[in-house]
Amino acid sequence: MAYPFAHPREVRIVSKHFGDAGARPVDGWVERGGYRAARKALPEMTRDQVIATVEASGLRGRGGAGFPTGLKWKFMPKDDGKPHYLVVNADESEPGTFKDREILRWTPHQLLEGAIIGAYAIRAEHIYIYIRGEFVDVIPVLRRAVVEAYERGFLGEDVLGTGLRIECTIHVGAGAYIAGEETGMLSSLEGRRAEPRMKPPFPAQAGLFGMPTTVNNVESLAAVPHILVNGADWYRQWGTEQSPGTKLFSCCGHLRRPGNYEVAMDFNLKDLVFDLCGGPRPGRRLRAVIPGGSSVPVLTADEIDCPVSYEGLVQAGSMVGSGGLIAMDDSACLVRAVRRMVEFYAHESCGQCTQCREGTAWAARILRRIEEGEGRDSDIPLLLDISENMAGKTICVLSDSAAAPIVSSIQKFEDEYWAHIRRRSCTAVS
Amino acid sequence: MTQPAAELVTVTIDGIAVQVPKAMTVIQAAEEAGIVIPRYCYHPAMSSPAQCRMCLVEVKGAPKLVPSCVQRVQDGMEVRTDSPAARKARRAVIEFLLVNHPLDCPICDAAGQCELQDYAFETGQLRTRSVDPKRVLGRDHVTPDVLYFADRCVLCTRCVRFMEEIAREPTLVVVQRGDRATIDTMAGELFEHPFSMNIVDVCPVGALVNEDFLFKPRAWDLDRFPSVCPGCAQGCNITLDTKENRVVRAKPRPHPEVNAFWMCDHGRKLLAGWVPGGERGERLEAPQIRDGDRLVAVSWPQALERAAEGLRQAGGPGRAIVSAAAANESLYALRKVMQALGFAGGAFRVPTGPTAVLEGFPKLQLRAERVPNAVGAALLGFRRSADLFADLRGRRGALLVLGDPLHDAPADFGRDAAFYLYAGSVASPAARNAHVLLPVTTFAEMDGTFTNFEGRVQRFTQALTPPGMARPAWVALSALSSRMGSGAMLDSAAEAFAALAAEFEPFRGMTYETLGFGGRITEAAEGAAAVTSGGK
Ligand SMILES: Cc1cc2nc3c(=O)[nH]c(=O)nc-3n(C[C@H](O)[C@H](O)[C@H](O)COP(=O)(O)O)c2cc1C
Ligand code: SF4
Ligand code: SF4
Ligand code: SF4
Repeated sequence: MAYPFAHPREVRIVSKHFGDAGARPVDGWVERGGYRAARKALPEMTRDQVIATVEASGLRGRGGAGFPTGLKWKFMPKDDGKPHYLVVNADESEPGTFKDREILRWTPHQLLEGAIIGAYAIRAEHIYIYIRGEFVDVIPVLRRAVVEAYERGFLGEDVLGTGLRIECTIHVGAGAYIAGEETGMLSSLEGRRAEPRMKPPFPAQAGLFGMPTTVNNVESLAAVPHILVNGADWYRQWGTEQSPGTKLFSCCGHLRRPGNYEVAMDFNLKDLVFDLCGGPRPGRRLRAVIPGGSSVPVLTADEIDCPVSYEGLVQAGSMVGSGGLIAMDDSACLVRAVRRMVEFYAHESCGQCTQCREGTAWAARILRRIEEGEGRDSDIPLLLDISENMAGKTICVLSDSAAAPIVSSIQKFEDEYWAHIRRRSCTAVS
Repeated sequence: MTQPAAELVTVTIDGIAVQVPKAMTVIQAAEEAGIVIPRYCYHPAMSSPAQCRMCLVEVKGAPKLVPSCVQRVQDGMEVRTDSPAARKARRAVIEFLLVNHPLDCPICDAAGQCELQDYAFETGQLRTRSVDPKRVLGRDHVTPDVLYFADRCVLCTRCVRFMEEIAREPTLVVVQRGDRATIDTMAGELFEHPFSMNIVDVCPVGALVNEDFLFKPRAWDLDRFPSVCPGCAQGCNITLDTKENRVVRAKPRPHPEVNAFWMCDHGRKLLAGWVPGGERGERLEAPQIRDGDRLVAVSWPQALERAAEGLRQAGGPGRAIVSAAAANESLYALRKVMQALGFAGGAFRVPTGPTAVLEGFPKLQLRAERVPNAVGAALLGFRRSADLFADLRGRRGALLVLGDPLHDAPADFGRDAAFYLYAGSVASPAARNAHVLLPVTTFAEMDGTFTNFEGRVQRFTQALTPPGMARPAWVALSALSSRMGSGAMLDSAAEAFAALAAEFEPFRGMTYETLGFGGRITEAAEGAAAVTSGGK
């Protein structure tokens, strides 16, 4: 896959070298300015300075929750004498999301550099990269990069001659979406089923093998070297007060130019869809946009004139999530789309929590029945009540994630449901 | 239970204020307030994964409902288990559980003792709103004795955690995800473990059932009696579940020191289907006296009269064999008969078998000594013998046998005795050599006490009606001894025990009342335990 053009309205920081195979090997990366941040951070900056810079930049976690990265690092204990771990969340499995894969595919050293800096900041002696098992073409690229980093002394016993030891292990996932949830990931790394755990204790208190641990998304870490080299203020020139910097949006669905686009975080969602992605296919009308992966509420075509910032999307009634934008035009049946998503969650629920295990599967069955023209009038209030019973009551938020598209699609596309239930038809235009 | 040193905090649960130690969880504190918060995955002896989400409660100031099984108490905390939000969440969990549940209560072993059934009724949630087909998973064995009905499983993982944390052999796992998730054995093969059947007890529903019990009695047809397992020297506290004068199963009764919530499979198998006749069906039902070659059934007074007379004529020094499965009270009553005849001593034997330790609660072991009262017998002056019959050879005078069924005794056993009295529940060939046979009850048909390996004196109660004219040995033998001028006729087990305690130093001060159902450790326990721990 190549990136023949960058749209002029993009701000390509993390994605600058997408499509540039020369950036992949360590030499190519160094030629392009790579490992400058690591060289700067490790001997020159104290850990607290690194954390302070990242905190000042306002970088927020790009894995979905949007928690400030610097603050997360700050939560790690200081003189506890225990081993610390950095876990890189490269399990990217959220439907509609394919940005981390591209970071790893084109610029594996960008991630490694961020991870090395992160490990230094949080006193981690070991980095575990948990990569999605289906990324069969990316895994060897990352493996190669880790070997190179060891060879060049960016990893190993004596990182950059500082005497610090940072090891790195790649762990290949076995195909469970729930392993992407941070505590599920820790369970999986420990050799158990990828079952999320109750928080508290938070990973910073008791994470991998019971030790203080930070879990960071690939995109979050990939932004760190740029922030350290250029400074927090430089990063803050984009975006808003609460959502500084840039964000990758993986845009898919009924678009003329689907793909990854990196934009400033105050960029307009409608422009992203219509200008960068080229809008719906010829002769089609845009119907719905899910801006942040299948776990966030759906927006109607009328609701997308808003910034893609964390606060902007919340105000519009949705969330940034992972930045997996799914566009649907008037050929899309919302009931079918939501049924498909809920089936995904039913399939991927780890099965611990009753509400999630049973609720996802039950809702999926109801949705399928509606889609097939066997719906009942009572199904809509029932779906809403099931969703309410599923949300906010479970160990992790997968259950909430399954409820979100149900609730938002009923709120915004109720006609669609009634067409199926009352007329056994569909409002989608074929 | 609560240690005086522990820091106390005050929490209010549904308006009831309780003072509890700071380390407690809300679910425990609620129990102190007399409120049992519904739960599935929580079990007091195991870790809490907080996954069934049944025990969600409202805590003032918390943004969401919290799982009370892991939430620690804080001073001034206000908890509501009965708020609209908490109630709705509970109803929802029940409804979700019923979405795929087969609701085959009419043929389910757990019906009547099922936490899903109970809570469903309690929340008034008798039907689901689900009209869609349920997923069907089927059933399979997990051990040779235990069946798993996957469709009934609420996936609480108590069984998994029992094997992992208590048995410390993680043979059970959850496989698959979502509503396809089930419990399975590690290698997909049946497993065996000496404590495996506890998984049936921890299962809150009818997903794990004992094949032995399958489709037999209904839970509500059972009568339940507190008892003590006679299977070994451990003395697990148990409940005997009976129906139509049969023990259908034994279940552990919690005791924090002796057996926690558990018991071993050996004990269960020993007691399941226990019939008053014993496995050989040769139960003694009436007193019998010898008339030449024949034994003739007679009334109790006739038998006792004959025994008193015969023993008096035989005179001392006599010999006595007792069973270490006999109750302290019965052994004491025999001791009184011996005193009337002017002799002491007496011997018992201890059958042994392989041991098994419950790793997660190592105090509980299937002990090598497969009798419940060897320590009691020793404390009452009887001597353990490795070769009972050889020890007796060539000695004359009176011969008293209590409880030992003598299945393996030589054919001419007791023939050389001047007078041979047998008090037992089984009429083995060697018992039939006696001049007088007194039918006595088994432990399940009487009240009494056993003294376990550590010297803990524990009460058991009558669960079955004895057959025919059988009486507790302490009744029969105290009637005999009182006729012979030694001791009083004992009217109740409590009275028998009080007399015993007055006479035997290690039991001094104990009464049925002070023993309660937790038992008490005798002062001489340590010494006695050392005496009997040979096979450990
Ligand atoms: C069901 C579920 C799936 C998730 N999957 C991913 C994932 O694939 N990749 C990811 O980075 N974060 C995922 N997350 C979010 C992580 O739990 C965690 O918040 C994130 O890795 C933290 O990194 P960040 O702070 O850099 O965003 C998921 C969360 C949930 C609840
Ligand atoms: S919410 Fe769902 S996925 Fe998350 S822990 Fe509970 S059952 Fe597992
Ligand atoms: S079999 Fe019983 S104990 Fe085991 S998980 Fe299922 S319901 Fe719980
Ligand atoms: S350990 Fe001994 S006392 Fe306990 S159940 Fe087993 S046989 Fe009975």
